Amino acid sequence: MAEGKKYETPKLDELEKGAWPSFVKEIKAAAQKSPMAAALLGQLEQSYNEKIGHWKHGGIVGVVGYGGGVIGRYSDLGDKYPEVAHFHTIRINHPAGWFYTTEALRGLCDIWEEHGSGLTNMHGSTGDIIFLGTTTDQLEKVFSKLTALGFDLGGSGSDVRTPSCCNGMARCEWACYDTMKVCYNLTMAFQDEIHRPAFPYKFKMKMAGCPNDCVAAIARADLSIIGTWKDEIQQDDELIKKFADEGLDIQRQIVSRCPTRCMDWDGKKLTINNENCVKCMFCINSMPRALAPGKERGAMVLLGAKAPIVQGAQLSSVLIPFIDLEDEESWNDLKQLLENIWEVWCEEGKNRERVGEFALRVGFGNFLEAIGLEPTPEMVAYPRDNPYVFYQTAKKE
Amino acid sequence: MERRTDIGPPHYTKFLPPVIQKNYGKWKYHEGVRPGVMVHVAESGDKLYTIRAASPRLLSVQKIRQYCDLADKYCDGYLRFTSRNNVEFLTTKEENIEPLIAELEALGHPVGGVGRSISNIVHTQGWVHCHSAATDASGIVKSVMDDLIDYFTGKKEVPGKLRIALACCLNMCGAVHCSDIAILGIHRRPPKVMANLSQMCEIPNVVAACPTAAIRPAKVDGKDTVEIIEEQCMYCANCFSVCPALPMADAELDGVSIWVGGKVSNARSQPMFSKLAVPYLPNNPPRWPEVVQTVRKIVEIWVEHAEPDERMGEMIQRIGWPRFFRLAGIQFSKEHIDDYRYAALSLKRTAQLHQS
Repeated sequence: MAEGKKYETPKLDELEKGAWPSFVKEIKAAAQKSPMAAALLGQLEQSYNEKIGHWKHGGIVGVVGYGGGVIGRYSDLGDKYPEVAHFHTIRINHPAGWFYTTEALRGLCDIWEEHGSGLTNMHGSTGDIIFLGTTTDQLEKVFSKLTALGFDLGGSGSDVRTPSCCNGMARCEWACYDTMKVCYNLTMAFQDEIHRPAFPYKFKMKMAGCPNDCVAAIARADLSIIGTWKDEIQQDDELIKKFADEGLDIQRQIVSRCPTRCMDWDGKKLTINNENCVKCMFCINSMPRALAPGKERGAMVLLGAKAPIVQGAQLSSVLIPFIDLEDEESWNDLKQLLENIWEVWCEEGKNRERVGEFALRVGFGNFLEAIGLEPTPEMVAYPRDNPYVFYQTAKKE
Repeated sequence: MERRTDIGPPHYTKFLPPVIQKNYGKWKYHEGVRPGVMVHVAESGDKLYTIRAASPRLLSVQKIRQYCDLADKYCDGYLRFTSRNNVEFLTTKEENIEPLIAELEALGHPVGGVGRSISNIVHTQGWVHCHSAATDASGIVKSVMDDLIDYFTGKKEVPGKLRIALACCLNMCGAVHCSDIAILGIHRRPPKVMANLSQMCEIPNVVAACPTAAIRPAKVDGKDTVEIIEEQCMYCANCFSVCPALPMADAELDGVSIWVGGKVSNARSQPMFSKLAVPYLPNNPPRWPEVVQTVRKIVEIWVEHAEPDERMGEMIQRIGWPRFFRLAGIQFSKEHIDDYRYAALSLKRTAQLHQS
């Protein structure tokens, strides 16, 4: 492609200065080859001058047979910047854990240089590889080359969004289950649900290997799977002593700050009352190698996190306190649970109602009953503190 | 050629360096080597060095190829990206660390963000590519991180982890609501009803979209439309999401709010939502100085007052909100008091009080 029209961009040029890497330099680099990227600079400079965005609502565009994966994007200044009049986003399902070979990345770059703006996000908020900006006629070409390279589109709209996970066992000693395997297997099990929106609203899934939750599963995923363990924290008394010898005030920094006060330090030995431990990771984070998660490892499954729109933000809450995802039966139970959740939510959920909001609207107890889970005390911070109980037995009589 | 569909992503094992394939699930511990560099040691004794570099998230294919050149030269062709959009180079060769860092810095990508530090800002599209943005994302992120760079590179020490996130509207595709510091684009003007609304949108859908029942059906010049009860609008823009004929963006009234004290990790305290610190700061491109100064001030309070590995929200719980507001020099206002669904839970319902 030829070099595009050049625009004066004094405001954006300011953002080429400074120590942090500059997105403006990236757009300018792409503009060397892409007239779309050049026009994007022009429109963005106008936004910086006017303090307002110039993109219109998405339209319905996509590849044949898919309902998601492409977000239509149109400029409201299409006459002035015709190269970005149509500037659609493509979401590509990233490999679990965001690991790449340079060969795969170069393949993606070649496709996008030929068929789009040459601008990407590595990565989008949900985790996908984002190709920023192309026209409708290029979509099928991009799709065909992506699949030839072994990649596929991710989710968008009211479907299962691209699942994502932390790097888990690939590079972390704290991973309590194989996050990348679970992420990949769920992604492959639900290709239809990812590519063809049929839900009341979006459904996100994130897998974190331990309660540190590096992928923010508990805040951002409708289904959050967070690694934990059942038995005792593994401790190496020699190494703990070494931390103390090197100046860590174990009493003040660790013991007195443990949320359940489940440990004692006598100046030589750390004693943990594991029965009271809630597996928060604080002591383990503070003394890596000396302390480690237990050996009986698995995961907790939680439901319902979301951002504020529309009834208010929610964190995920406990559905299954402990599950061993290496066990085939548990894995099938998890898939069945998802199918149950989707069936109830699709039947009764309102348009744009996330599953977490839906569960609260119908009552979490009723929701559990509908998806076939028994209520347990692990699911609540505390039992209800109001007396307005819908006593089922009384109504039947 | 047969058209392939529903093949899913490539299997991750294809992209894992041999040292990871060999030691998968058998890592023993990890520790910091220097700012931005950590080593993972396996039960086998194998070592994997990770060099983490800043990235603007918005990357040209040219830059990705430059990353690839470095990964080919120093890392046998393997690299990864993090959940906060940094780029990570993975190598078993300790001698590669220094020259790789030198090349990354020459390329304009400082190394840092590991352990006790301020890492990259997770953010959204903003004016670069979104229809609902109330502010730009990349410009604020660039300006804030230019200012906080020493906390990323480790040149200045910090007490623990601090996570900043930015979303350019309340849809929060960046889900900033559980961040130590959240920068949130806001509208402050009720939607304008465009004349052609009934041609573009289904009126019952539009009415149902409003969480405060501020939208009702109406007739104007004999045409079906809606009217907005402006006093009831809290600018969530859910109506605009379902109906393009209700634009809310306004050059003068749009801007940014600042939130503090959220976290997602379960370490020590439970996950927490971020709470409102500053209700409004103006959009002032290209460098948003008011936002940069406010974020810096809040960071400095944390650096000065937090205990080791204490998150922003934990620190504020300890010192109390009155003291936080006093230290930050932020005027507490009516906007700070919740009046939505769970408002009662946010009021102080005890006689235990930090005296300010």
